[in-house]
Amino acid sequence: MTHSFTRRHFMGTGLALGASLGTTLGTPALAITQSAARSHVDGLVAEVNAVISSGASEAQMLRRFEQIFDRYADVPTIAAYVLGVERRNATPAQLTAFTNAYKTYVARKYGRRFREFIGGQIEVRGVRDLPRGVEVQTMAVLVGQSPFEVDFHVEDSRGRPLFFNIVIEGINMLLSERAEVLAMLDARGGDLNRLIAELPQT
Amino acid sequence: MKFALPTGRGILAVIALVGLTACVGYPDENGILDPYEPVNRQVHEINKALDSGIVRPLSEQTAAMPTELTRPFVNFADNVGLPGKALNGLLQGNVPILATNTMRFIINSTVGIGGLLDPAGAIGITEMDTDFGATLSVWGVGEGAYVELPFYGPSTERDALGRVVDFLIDPLDRVGLDVQIDYGTYVRVAGQVIERGEIGGTIDSVLYDSADSYAQARLIYLQNRRFELGETGEATGDADFVDPFEDF
Repeated sequence: MTHSFTRRHFMGTGLALGASLGTTLGTPALAITQSAARSHVDGLVAEVNAVISSGASEAQMLRRFEQIFDRYADVPTIAAYVLGVERRNATPAQLTAFTNAYKTYVARKYGRRFREFIGGQIEVRGVRDLPRGVEVQTMAVLVGQSPFEVDFHVEDSRGRPLFFNIVIEGINMLLSERAEVLAMLDARGGDLNRLIAELPQT
Repeated sequence: MKFALPTGRGILAVIALVGLTACVGYPDENGILDPYEPVNRQVHEINKALDSGIVRPLSEQTAAMPTELTRPFVNFADNVGLPGKALNGLLQGNVPILATNTMRFIINSTVGIGGLLDPAGAIGITEMDTDFGATLSVWGVGEGAYVELPFYGPSTERDALGRVVDFLIDPLDRVGLDVQIDYGTYVRVAGQVIERGEIGGTIDSVLYDSADSYAQARLIYLQNRRFELGETGEATGDADFVDPFEDF
């Protein structure tokens, strides 16, 4: 309870800050439909599968994953979230620079693992409404592994469908990424500029 | 080892113990309760040293072997774990877990040559994973604090207790073949190493690529465990939903 009070308490400042950073925080006039969210994930899965089966070099694949991530994910929202409380100390310029650095970092980090998907497939299983947006539930069936659940959380407050979270067997990307980013920042003595500079090479 | 179910009094004592320890402190915003963090971090460093010094090099060897060679070890190791899982299905009053794991054990121990092969899996009778930690969860026992166990890695007070009880009540000695009873433990260790090799990329990225591998392993274990046990709602309210737009 104390925690939700704290969150609410910061909502006001958050809205003001968000507006000044140019991020869209307003509630959309119309919430995303389940079919729009589903076709968004269908498109994402098709593009990822196409890259995996393209036989391109790893460096080329990583660049293409970065482009896909940019088009299908709400990168500014994810980047702002993973900075946690540190976001409040960042300037708008730092936040933009961090978002760009983070995009490269995430594409590389997860892209390197995408080779495990070669020969496998992702099937969309179902959709359900979330308090915000829609959850598209998929099953990843990979070679030599037990099938596992991958859920995409999709919404459209930026005017088009974008995913803002991925949950793999209960493991939440936003929470894991925030813990990791704050640990990386900690390891650099809280120096955000140093993290921004080093993140794309991490 | 004798097959002995814990007595009613024993179970009550155990529940009381877990209940008591669970009262120490409050979970953080990710639903993590970790009052033993300093000790846990020391254990984590030991576990990492064990992994990088012994388990990981061995698992790289097994990963390079043909699966025709390693798969029978994994099958045998999985199979000797089935009587314990079936018993936990019984304790949970869960008929599918009890029946599926029992059928699987019988088929694979006979047609599957003592468990080296997996004909049950081929006809769709796949393992339904469970353990005494899950049984405690079904019985309403709270998760308790996070603990990192030597050798085993991430756990909770409830799951650590579950491991001890699973060891004590394992019915394999009553129902297993001699070869399963005599070599079960060794092959299970080998099976762990082989599986470490198969999912090596995931474990390496957590243990060796994270800025804080302890915190990552803790978060991943707790989220995944709560997902398995259907307890995700306790941490975040609406299952796995996190609203990044509201977190200001």
